[in-house]
Order: sequence, then C-alpha cells, then structure tokens
Amino acid sequence: MRKAAVVDRLSEVFSALADPTRRAILARLAEGEATVNQIAEPFPISLQAISKHLKVLERAGLITRGRDAQWRPCRLDAAPLREVAVWVTEYRRFWEERYDELGEYLKRIQKEN
Amino acid sequence: MAENLTVTTPSDLEIKMVRVFDAPRALVFAAHSSCEHVKHWWGRGNPLDCEMDFRPGGGYRFVEHAPDGEWAFRGEYREIEEPERIVQTFEFEGMPGQICVETLELTEESGKTTVTSVTRFDTKEQRDGMIASGMSEGAGQSYDALASYLAKLN
Repeated sequence: MRKAAVVDRLSEVFSALADPTRRAILARLAEGEATVNQIAEPFPISLQAISKHLKVLERAGLITRGRDAQWRPCRLDAAPLREVAVWVTEYRRFWEERYDELGEYLKRIQKEN
Repeated sequence: MAENLTVTTPSDLEIKMVRVFDAPRALVFAAHSSCEHVKHWWGRGNPLDCEMDFRPGGGYRFVEHAPDGEWAFRGEYREIEEPERIVQTFEFEGMPGQICVETLELTEESGKTTVTSVTRFDTKEQRDGMIASGMSEGAGQSYDALASYLAKLN
C-alpha cells in the first residue's frame, strides 16, 4: 500500500528531525550549500559528531553530498520536507476535526433526547 | 468551526491535549465506549469501520475511509473507570510498533465536560516525531528553523 510506504519514509525523516543539532544543520543549509568544515564551525562538537549527523540526514534524504571528493559539499534536499509539511498539516487536522465532530455529535444527541 | 484544543508537553515523554465539551460527563464517556457512538465522530465525518471490546484487556480497531486513503488505528484497553478514566494503547498501523499509551480523564463542571488526554511515548524521539507530525505546533520544541525554511519554499 503506497500510503504505508510514504509514512515509513516519513518516520525516518521525523527521527532525523527530532535532534536540535540536525535541525540547526538544515537551517544552515537552507541558506546555501556548505562543506562539512563550514557546517561544523558554529557547533561546540567534534567534526566526527557532525559527520554522524550528516549521515543520518543523508539517509533520510534530507541532504545530498556533492561528488567533489575533497570537499563533498552538502546541499539541502527539500522534497522530503515538503512531504513532511503536508503530513504535518494533515495529522494535526486529525485531532481537531475529530474533536469538533464529537462536539457536534454531542450537541445533536442531547437535542434528540 | 474549530473549538479550542490546547496542546502542551508536561514531560519529555508526554503530550497533553485538553478540550471542553458542552455535554454532561456520562454522555461524553459513553461517546467513547461503543462503536455505535464512535462511528459518528472518530472518522472526522468519514465512514469508519469499528471493532471494539470495551473492557480492560479488550481491544479496538478503527479504520477511517478518508478521501485520501485508509487510516487504521488499533489498541488495547488497560483501565476503564466509568465515567472518568480510560487508559488505552494507541497505534497507527502506518507506523507499526510505535505504540503509545493514552490516558483520558473526564471532569465535569457546570454541565460542561473537560477531556484531558495524556499520550505517553516510549522514547523522547518518538514523542518529538509525533509532535513534528502535527499533534501540536512547536509545543515545547522548536521547529522554527524548519518552519521558516518551509515558508521560504512555498
């Protein structure tokens, strides 16, 4: 079922987004591509730790790495984020709509009684 | 007609939703306790398949037939105290294995009933994922960087 596959990939995107350092890296890349060193500069963590975060982001499809062997600049890939944005809106609506519906239903059955 | 739903994060592993209904508690509780009632609201206006064995140890499965596909949820009732408390597990079948525990508490005041639902996750990542997935907008967690980026995209 297509829906399930989409959701499964989304959960990978979500867990990649669940970390504040990774969100900050994405925010940095939203301004333009950057090398690992440039990305690491503002963070008080090792280059190795940054590399690990980049691997997670790459696996989730949120960034792509350039071919240049020496620099391999990182670039944000917006597609999964767009998908998340659609999903976010959808999912939030779920509970609001559900409870609105319950409110209406309760009104209706009280009138009937 | 969106009435007020407040969402907060009382701890690292929890999401709390509060909503007030203009109905007595016994009725709001009843609306949660049988398919006959649940079919009228849980599907958000969409047709709903409902299987329910409303007692501790019993389970439920809801399948909502929305225009954009089928959404299936399942769980098990752990505690039931009529008319004030329901503890149940909750799993979205699209994310199998991510099982959270929901505690619903109903309180009544001047004929209005407040439903407080606390959803507890196994891990902080799971909870944050769920928050990111729209159970609340940025409650206790900043997705600002992402949000401003998404705004740029649109």
